[in-house]
Amino acid sequence: MTLTITAQTLSIASIEKLNELSGESVKLCMQCATCTGMCPMVQEMDYSPRQVMHMAQFGLVGKLADINTYWKCASCHACSVKCPRGIDIAKVMEALRQQVLRKSKNYIEPSRLSAEAIAEMPQIALVAGFRKFTS
Amino acid sequence: MKISYYPGCTLKTKAKNLDRAAVASLAALGVEVNEIERWNCCGAVHSLTADDLIHQVGPVRNLVRAKEQGADRLVTLCSMCYNTLARSNRIMKNDEVKRDTINRFMDEEIDYAGEVEVVHFLTFLAENIGWETIKKQVKVPLTGLRVAPYYGCTLQRPAEVGIEPFGSYTLMTGLLEALGATVVPFNAADKCCGSYQVLGNPAGENSAGAAILNLAAGAGIEALATSCPLCEYNLGKQQQQMLDKGKIGKGIPTYYFTQLLAIALGLDSASCHFELNDRSSVELLKNKKCLAAA
Repeated sequence: MTLTITAQTLSIASIEKLNELSGESVKLCMQCATCTGMCPMVQEMDYSPRQVMHMAQFGLVGKLADINTYWKCASCHACSVKCPRGIDIAKVMEALRQQVLRKSKNYIEPSRLSAEAIAEMPQIALVAGFRKFTS
Repeated sequence: MKISYYPGCTLKTKAKNLDRAAVASLAALGVEVNEIERWNCCGAVHSLTADDLIHQVGPVRNLVRAKEQGADRLVTLCSMCYNTLARSNRIMKNDEVKRDTINRFMDEEIDYAGEVEVVHFLTFLAENIGWETIKKQVKVPLTGLRVAPYYGCTLQRPAEVGIEPFGSYTLMTGLLEALGATVVPFNAADKCCGSYQVLGNPAGENSAGAAILNLAAGAGIEALATSCPLCEYNLGKQQQQMLDKGKIGKGIPTYYFTQLLAIALGLDSASCHFELNDRSSVELLKNKKCLAAA
C-alpha cells in the first residue's frame, strides 16, 4: 500500500514507525495548534509542534530530520494534557528524538559541557538532559 | 506516625535545602522518617517510548526496595522523582506484559506488581497531618509574605499521576495559607521552567524561565515556592544572570515549600540551608521578620 498525497510524501513505513515508538497515532491530529499555544519552548523552535505533527502525518522524514523542534521540547506535557484529540504529543517528540539517538548520534556532547556547569547543575538536570540528548 | 521516604540524588547534595527542611519539619510534626535503604537514582525523566523498558528498571528497583522493606507507601518530595516513580509504578500495576518482562529481567529481585503507593510530600501533609494541625503548630507566621505556588510540570502532568488536576493548586495553597502567608494567584504556576533544556542553553538564556519570572513580577508576587530542584535552579539560581542580561526586570526570591514550612514552625534556619538559595531569598525573609531570632 502506498501513500500518494504529495510529491514530498516518502513512505507509510515512517509513519508506522513513529506510531509504534510513540504508542500514539499521528493521524488523529486535526491541526488545531492547541499544542503550539501551550508550548513554553515554541519561540526557540524552527517549526511549531503543530507543524511537526503535520510533517509526521505525511511521513516527511527528510524534513523531520532537519528541524530542531523535538530537541527544544522539554517534555513538559503541556501539549499532551490539552490536546483535544487525546494525542500524547510529548511521546511523539520523544519518538522523533529516539529515532536519531538510536543511530548513536548525540545532540549534546557531554564532554563539551563546562566544568563549571557540571559543578553547579542539579543532578536531575544532567541525568534528564543526558537521557534526552545522548545515545 | 512513621513514613518510608525516598529522597533522590539531588536532595542529598545540591538541594539539601529541600530535603533537610522537610525532614526537620516532619520531626517537629511528630512524624518519624524512615529513609529506604539502598535506593538508587530514579532516572529523572520517565521514558516516553513504548518499547523502552530498560529505563523503567531504575525507578522500579526503588519500589522493590520499598516493598521488601515492608512499606505500603513511599513518600517522596522532588517533583521529578515523584513523577518517574509514580509513572513506573502505574506500568507495574496496570500493564501485565511489561510487568512480566521487567520482573523477569530483574530476577534477582522479588516480584513487584505496584503494591507500593507513591505519595508526594504535599499530599501526605494534606491527608495525614492536615492544614489545621499545621496551623496550630506555626510559631513564626509568614505574615505579609506575598508568595505564589509554582508547580511546574511534573507534579500535575500527566493527569494520571497528578497530585491534583491540571490548573488547580489547592495543596500548596492550603499549606502556605496555614503558614500565614498571603497566597497570590499565579497564572504561570503550571508553565514549564525549561527543565533539562538548561543543558543546551548558555547561563541566563532560558526564555521559558524568564517568561515565568516576568509574569510573577507583573502579578505582584514577592516569592515563589516550589518542590523541584530543577525548577529552583532554572528560576532561582539562574536569576542573577537573567537580570544581568536584561531578560527579566526584577528578581523574585525562590524557596522550596519545605523551607517555608520549617521556618514557620520556628525551626532553626540551619536546617533550611539558605546558603544554597539565592542571597535575596534569605534577605526577603529577614525583611518580613519571618525568621526566628537566632
